[in-house]
Amino acid sequence: MISLPLIYLLAGLFVARIAWLSALDASNPRRAMTAAFWGLLALSFLIGDRLPAVWMGGVVVALALLAGFGGVRAGRVEPASADRLAAAAARFGHRLFAPALVIPLVTVAVVLFGADIGWGEWRLFGSEMLTQVGLGLACLLALLAACALTRTSPLRAVEHSRGLVDAIGWAALLPLLLATLGSVFAAAGVGEAVAELVRAWIPVDNRFVVVLAYALGMAGFTMVMGNAFAAFPVMTAGIGLPLLVQMHGADAASLAAIGMLSGYCGTLMTPMAANFNLVPAALLELRDPYAVIRVQIPTALLLLAANVVLMYFIVFRNVA
Amino acid sequence: MSATVNLLPLAGVGLVVLGFALRLNPALVVVGAGFATALLAGIAPVATLELLGTAFVKNRFLALLLLTLPVIAVLERHGLKQHVQTVIVRLRAATAGRLLLFYLALRQILSMIGLHSLGGHPQTVRPLLAPMAEAAAESRHGLLPAAERERLRALCAGTDNVGMFFGEDVFIAFGAVLLMQSFFADNGIELQPIDIALWGIPTALCAFAIHGARLMRLDARLAREAARAAAGTQP
Repeated sequence: MISLPLIYLLAGLFVARIAWLSALDASNPRRAMTAAFWGLLALSFLIGDRLPAVWMGGVVVALALLAGFGGVRAGRVEPASADRLAAAAARFGHRLFAPALVIPLVTVAVVLFGADIGWGEWRLFGSEMLTQVGLGLACLLALLAACALTRTSPLRAVEHSRGLVDAIGWAALLPLLLATLGSVFAAAGVGEAVAELVRAWIPVDNRFVVVLAYALGMAGFTMVMGNAFAAFPVMTAGIGLPLLVQMHGADAASLAAIGMLSGYCGTLMTPMAANFNLVPAALLELRDPYAVIRVQIPTALLLLAANVVLMYFIVFRNVA
Repeated sequence: MSATVNLLPLAGVGLVVLGFALRLNPALVVVGAGFATALLAGIAPVATLELLGTAFVKNRFLALLLLTLPVIAVLERHGLKQHVQTVIVRLRAATAGRLLLFYLALRQILSMIGLHSLGGHPQTVRPLLAPMAEAAAESRHGLLPAAERERLRALCAGTDNVGMFFGEDVFIAFGAVLLMQSFFADNGIELQPIDIALWGIPTALCAFAIHGARLMRLDARLAREAARAAAGTQP
C-alpha cells in the first residue's frame, strides 16, 4: 500500500543522501554542521514517530541552533554551461514539459481518484493525507520520467538537486518549526488572552466596530500564528460567535467565510507563513527574503479593506 | 471582564515580533519564542520539549516539497528554462502582465474546483511561471535591472499565493470550509458547507479585481524601469 510512511521513507532517504553529499563537500565552509542539519531532518523523516517525543524536541532545538548560528551553508555544485543548456533545450524541446507536468497531474489524480483504487477491501493508497501521498508519488514518477528522457541516473539527479536544496537551506524547515510554535501557543492559551484583550478594549454594541475588530483580529492573529486555520477558532470563539452572531444576529456562514478570507490577507503579510512567503523567496533565489511579502502587501491591505466592507453589508443582510 | 485569563503567554508573541524586527534568524526566533511562551504559561521544560517534538513529527509533511527538487534539477540542467524562454518569446502577445493575469485567473478557477495542488512554488512557479514572465519582460524591454527582475520573480510567487488563497475556499470539500463547519457545529450551529463556500465568492472576485489591476499596471512599470536603467548606463 502506498501510504504516508512510505513517502516519509522516500523523503528520508533523499535527505540522508543530501546530508552524506554535504559531508563530503570540501567546498562548504561548514560541511560538518550542514551535514548534521540535513542528517537530523532525515532522521526525523525516517524514524521520527518511533523516537520518544522529548528526544524529537531535542532534535528541534538542535536544528534551530544549527540554522540560527549559521551552520547551514551551501556547497558547490558545478553548473552546466550556457552552450550545453541551449543545446539540450533545442534537443529536448517540448518534451521537457512532460515530467514537469507529471507532478501536478499525478497529485491531483491521486487526490481525486486515489481513495477508489483497489480490489475488494484492499486499497492502493492509505487514507491519511492523500494530497501529500499523491505529491510524493508524483515526484517519484516525475523523476523517473525526467531521468528516462534525459538519460540521467536518479542518483545523479539527487546530486544535481543539492544546489537547489542548499539554496533553500534552513528555510525548508521553517514551516515545520512554525507549526510547532502554533501548538505551543495553543497549549499556553495565547488565543484566549488575545480575545480577552480585544473584548476589553472595543465598544461591543457598535456592530461596525465589532466587524472591524473581527476582520482585523483574524488578519493580525494570522500574522502572528502564520496560519489562518489556527486564528479562526480563537477569534471566532472570542469575537465572532459571542458578539457578532449571538449579540448582533450576524449570519454565521457568510461571517465564517469572509472572516477566514480576512485571515488569508494576514497570511500574505507575515514571515510566519514561511511556506508561502519565505520558502518561495529562497526557491527563486531572491536576495531579499521578504521580497514576496513586500509585493503582496498592497493586495493584502486593499483586500482586507474590501473584506471589512463586504462583511458589514453581507452578514447583517437579514437583520433589521 | 473576568481576569481569569493569563496574559503572560502574550509575551511570546512580542518575542516573535521583536525577533523578526531585529532580523534574527527566524528558525532561532521561532524555537526561542516557543520555549519562552511555554515557560511563561507554566509548562515544564521537559513537557515543552515533548510538545515541540510531537508537533514537529506531526507536521513533517510540510517539508515534503523537497522531493520536487530532483525533478526540477534534472529538467533545469537539460535546458527547461531556456526552452520556456524561447517558447514565450515566440508568443508576441505575451507580456509579463498579461501572463500573470492569465495565471491568476487560472489558479483561482482551478482552486475553486479543488485542483489547488495543480500549482505551487516548486511545482509551477520556479520551473515555468517565473522563467516565462522574465522572458516575456526581457523580449519586450531588454535586460531588466537586478532589482526589477527580483521584484518580478517575487510577484510571480505572490500571484500564485493570491490565486490559490482566494480560490480554494470556494471549494466545498476544502479543509478550511470543513474546519468552519465543524467549529460552528461544536457550538450548536449547523451550517451547510455549500453556504460557506459560496460566501467566499465575493472576496474571490475582489481579490481578482485588486490583484489583477496591479498586474495590468506591471508592463508599464517594467517599460519605465527598463528605460530608466538604459538611460542611466549611457554616459
